[in-house]
Amino acid sequence: MKFARLVLSNFKRHKTRTILTILSILVAFILFAYLAAIRNAFTMGVSVAGANRLIVRNRISLIQPLPQSYEAQIEQIDGVANATQAAWFGGLYKDNKRPFGQIAVEPEEFLDVYPEYIISAEGKANWLKTRTGAIAGRKLAEALGWKVGDKIPIQATYMTPKTGGNLWTFDLVAIQDGRTEDVDTSSFFFRHDYLDENRMRGQGTTGWYYIKIKDPARSEQIVKAIDEKFANSPFETKTETEKAFIKGFAEQMGNIGAIVTAILTAVFFTILLVAGNTMAQAVRERINELGVLKAIGFTDSQMLLMVLAESLLISCLGGAIGLLLGALAVNAGDPTNGALPIFNFPPRDLILGIVIVLLLGVITGAWPAFQAMRLNAVDALRRE
Amino acid sequence: MSWFRQLAALIGFNLRTLPARFGSAAAAVFGVAGVVAVLVGVLSIGEGFRRVMIAAGSPDTAIVLRGGADSEMTSVLLRDDVELIRNAPAVARAGGQPLASPELFVLVDLAKRSTGTDANVPMRGVRKEAFAVRPEIKIVEGKMFDWGTNEVIVGRSAQSQFSKTEVGTVLQFGQTRWKIVGVFEGKGGIAESEVWADAAVLAPAYHRGSSFQTVLVKLASAGSFQQFKDALTSDPRLNVKVERETEYYAAQSRVLRGLVTGLAAVVCTLMGLGAIFGALNTMYTAVAARARETATLEALGFGGSAVMISVMLEALLLSFVGGILGAIGAYLAFDGYRSATMNWQTFSQVAFAFDVTPGLMVGAIIYALFIGLVGGFFPAIRAARLPVALALRER
Repeated sequence: MKFARLVLSNFKRHKTRTILTILSILVAFILFAYLAAIRNAFTMGVSVAGANRLIVRNRISLIQPLPQSYEAQIEQIDGVANATQAAWFGGLYKDNKRPFGQIAVEPEEFLDVYPEYIISAEGKANWLKTRTGAIAGRKLAEALGWKVGDKIPIQATYMTPKTGGNLWTFDLVAIQDGRTEDVDTSSFFFRHDYLDENRMRGQGTTGWYYIKIKDPARSEQIVKAIDEKFANSPFETKTETEKAFIKGFAEQMGNIGAIVTAILTAVFFTILLVAGNTMAQAVRERINELGVLKAIGFTDSQMLLMVLAESLLISCLGGAIGLLLGALAVNAGDPTNGALPIFNFPPRDLILGIVIVLLLGVITGAWPAFQAMRLNAVDALRRE
Repeated sequence: MSWFRQLAALIGFNLRTLPARFGSAAAAVFGVAGVVAVLVGVLSIGEGFRRVMIAAGSPDTAIVLRGGADSEMTSVLLRDDVELIRNAPAVARAGGQPLASPELFVLVDLAKRSTGTDANVPMRGVRKEAFAVRPEIKIVEGKMFDWGTNEVIVGRSAQSQFSKTEVGTVLQFGQTRWKIVGVFEGKGGIAESEVWADAAVLAPAYHRGSSFQTVLVKLASAGSFQQFKDALTSDPRLNVKVERETEYYAAQSRVLRGLVTGLAAVVCTLMGLGAIFGALNTMYTAVAARARETATLEALGFGGSAVMISVMLEALLLSFVGGILGAIGAYLAFDGYRSATMNWQTFSQVAFAFDVTPGLMVGAIIYALFIGLVGGFFPAIRAARLPVALALRER
């Protein structure tokens, strides 16, 4: 108890300095939370890609269509469990203040291939029943204030309806959640058969295929089998694992992400370096008081613990509050107004953050603590 | 002694003691320089991207898209639409022919030089009018493609960012092979990120029939835009959207600029806070270190306000030096750095160079002064309010 009071009384000595140090560390860890979210956004969550999923697209480029007849042909290939069509809609909602992706899918098969996308049993039943039905991710629905039962008007940019004009109206039948935190819930999915029925041209084609395979270890073989099957046809394919596909797409954003993360990492560590130096300085200044403590009978390990406790307390206070505020700020929304496809604070980075907080406390405390432990009372008292 | 002479004496005193506090002063300067460098660096991405988007745009050029389309990618114009647009009023003419360029826009996969991964590169199918509407396009290497053949020319930026784009290379997209015969420049504009081919050859290769995606029109004058727009939008046979080329491309850079300004706002607020804490620490240390001297001067009759102002000026000077260093550092590190990113509206690659503009640098230095102002204010108050007797006794 008196030990704790001793540690605390040291804080009061330079109250302003202690508070400023804690605040610097706090700011550094808020920055850390943004850094984690930005890095995750620029790699587009590659880590959440399913190992048992492949993506098949037109070899020329993603925007060229593929025939719908490929579905049955792909499903005949050994090792393929399911193939399902998907198409990019690219429509605009209201004034397009918050852009989001709209994808036409085959509901039942899509949910089978993406088991981490969760919708209620009732919602699923309604989606299968309602041709104009659509589901929206939780994050998207919350951002735009949608509720199940709402009519969602979307202006087509190129998928013109055959009825004329540009307007498509969908019925929101369910809100989609993720099985884990890092599953994307910011997209909008509607029925491919409704797309086909209502669009002016493009019937019989789709954008790409999601493939579920039986054994991830055989993915390389299956990729080859699919591409060979359609080689030298008017619609050649390019098949990739979902991970490779997302990574390739992310790399199209270029090294902007790498540059921004590099800058932020440097900033983060600079702030920690300055704060750590201040903390170490605070101990060095009192070296002869520590000598007094030693002279009145404090043991080596008590000295070590006391100094370490002080620096750990500062780093944990700043770090914990910083990480908490950072997580809250990141979850409150993406500062770029929807320009980044995903924006969250991944749990694994929270753990990394906690480790850095502890390391900061131990490293900044270690050397002064070691000196304090080795201190010769006579030497310390003589020092001015 | 007058107030100003007091102030001058105090400032001289503060500056002369700076070397003694070199470590903490350098930390503050360094902190502010870091904030400014990052601010300028991140924003220069957005500036560079915007420069490419608007570089070649001309106020007397208009782009016509299908109504509802938000980019060239999502637009379709049928042959009849194209004819109506070509013959609309206010279209400039040369030799009796309207200066209107119907264009196709598709994406092809080329590997990025930096990573080796595939990227969506825009490929534009053009007719002869394209070169009349865009007089800035110049062949700088090789030759112009021959009309009616599978020859293509590539933009200078595209060539620098994507591999296998040298003159003489044959590219294969799907079943079609294309031979690169030349390289072109266009005032550093977005066209330089593209590959150009004869529209008549490109259309069948991409199953486009006789349709086009956009028509780029040279207007009789910049002032006749409204007349042209009204003529097209009031024509019941057409469903089109008409924009000035400059406005169209400015809108195309909106998402990326939103991205970088959003990031810059967050990062620089946080870093600014960090730098303010650093400056506060430095100035409090400085004030504490010369508490006795200050108290002595006050006992001699120096005013509290002169003491306060002198501390503030010291903080402003440190942050100003930091701001200048940061801005110069950012200019040296980032200006002209070449990169390519995706234009989210068309999913296609745009090559650009980071652009550190004087405006950015001045803005960032003003931000640095703000940091110094806040970082100096509270320590300055403490210095001015120092109880003289207490400070003199302090060791």
